[in-house]
Amino acid sequence: MNHIRVQQEDFDVSAELAQMRLCSKEIGAIACFVGVVRDFNEGTAVATMELEHYPGMTENSIRLIVDEAMQRWQLLGARVIHRIGRLSPSDQIVFVATSSLHRGDAFASCEFIMDYLKTRAPFWKKELSPQGERWVDSRSDDVLAAQRWRD
Amino acid sequence: MIKVLFFARIREQLATTELEIDFLAQTQSIALLRQQLVADRGESWAQVLGAENVIVAVNQTVVSDSHSLSDGDEVAFFPPVTGG
Repeated sequence: MNHIRVQQEDFDVSAELAQMRLCSKEIGAIACFVGVVRDFNEGTAVATMELEHYPGMTENSIRLIVDEAMQRWQLLGARVIHRIGRLSPSDQIVFVATSSLHRGDAFASCEFIMDYLKTRAPFWKKELSPQGERWVDSRSDDVLAAQRWRD
Repeated sequence: MIKVLFFARIREQLATTELEIDFLAQTQSIALLRQQLVADRGESWAQVLGAENVIVAVNQTVVSDSHSLSDGDEVAFFPPVTGG
């Protein structure tokens, strides 16, 4: 049972995990990752972030990533939520959870989905601060993190 | 007709979110579509669309410059992604 959402609203991690847990009595492990907006502005002024996406392609690309994870590992379910719109430091931005019989498949697939999402799903972050606006640059570390799953 | 979408930094640099272009012999690949857009819109578009790290998707799948286009395709130009 897979579940993918792109939304402005915040999400409730324990509610999401509870729904996942109740999907199958076979589940023995759920691994979960929550991405949080960092405070990029070192001063005292309030900074926020605007998240743009490509509607349709975003959901499709996440679905393909989840399908690939289901082929690589023995999973009972996967759940991905990504927020869009205006976000502030400490806000939750992304949720990835995978369920399996045992922890190994859940841990590995959760990290895989996150690494691929970072480099393949069409989202773009723009930082907004009193000093102005700035599109966030992609990171070579993220590309390397995704590449190590190729073998 | 080909629908062309622009996202993030590229959308802002071109001040264009979306446009439609007739499907003709001169727009049958991504490379040719890019040439046609530059011919229609001017040299500033050549710099933005010709930048090294521009990603192109056709019908929501990432493709290379040699990809062939068909009438009714949706093409998107965007910078490297930064979600998560």
